[in-house]
Amino acid sequence: MNNVIIRDFDIPANDFTMAGEASSNVRKILTQLGVSPPIVKRASIAMYEAEINAVIHGNGGKAHVEIDSSKVTIRISDEGPGIADLELAMQEGYSTAPDNIREMGFGAGMGLPNIKKHSDIMEVDTAVGKGTVVLITVYLSERT
Amino acid sequence: MKLAEISRVIKGEILTCRHAPDLDIQSACSADLMSDVMAFSKENAMLLTGLINPQVIRTCEMMDIKVIVFVRGKKPQQAMIEMAEEKGIALISTDYPMFAASGKLYVNGIHGRGE
Repeated sequence: MNNVIIRDFDIPANDFTMAGEASSNVRKILTQLGVSPPIVKRASIAMYEAEINAVIHGNGGKAHVEIDSSKVTIRISDEGPGIADLELAMQEGYSTAPDNIREMGFGAGMGLPNIKKHSDIMEVDTAVGKGTVVLITVYLSERT
Repeated sequence: MKLAEISRVIKGEILTCRHAPDLDIQSACSADLMSDVMAFSKENAMLLTGLINPQVIRTCEMMDIKVIVFVRGKKPQQAMIEMAEEKGIALISTDYPMFAASGKLYVNGIHGRGE
């Protein structure tokens, strides 16, 4: 795979029916490229958590995905309220999700920690009032 | 454990038909919180849940979970069944509550960690 595959997706705000559609698409591409299932799973989970976060907290957003021969990079950006205390948000169990989101089965405060767990590199750029960008890198070869 | 056997053990109704024929489930996760399911990483796993919305199917797609059991007689809408069919995920509905359904599967050989 010498070429870089680039895909862009819109993440609709407050639309739980469509939430995960972008991650599902990327999952299919990685599978079709023959990436090993455990790595497809890690990339899918990391992207899905970030996509759900954009729906819940960011009023929707955008996903920009680049896949080359060695890695997949996923950039999920939103123009939501931003994260006031990133260190706190990275702690397992801390959540600001409202009750209606919890009723949907999310908002347990595991999103960002789970993204970190399943990515090789995770970067978060956030500013209150401006939005949040989560950059996820997953290498396509097995970790040693 | 094969799909037909799972369904028999929990007196379930299989709601889908386009699932993988060679399914052999070895571990299970019982949860209503999809955030918890996302932290579960066993292979050949199934999910038991009382939650019914499209994100249950999506979460299982991401997690490679190929069988979902809806407990306490809950039945998904047709759109969810079609979504599961498209992704090759089997759906079962059982009248048992989560605890009883989990227990029956456990004593019949499906353990949480897939031992």
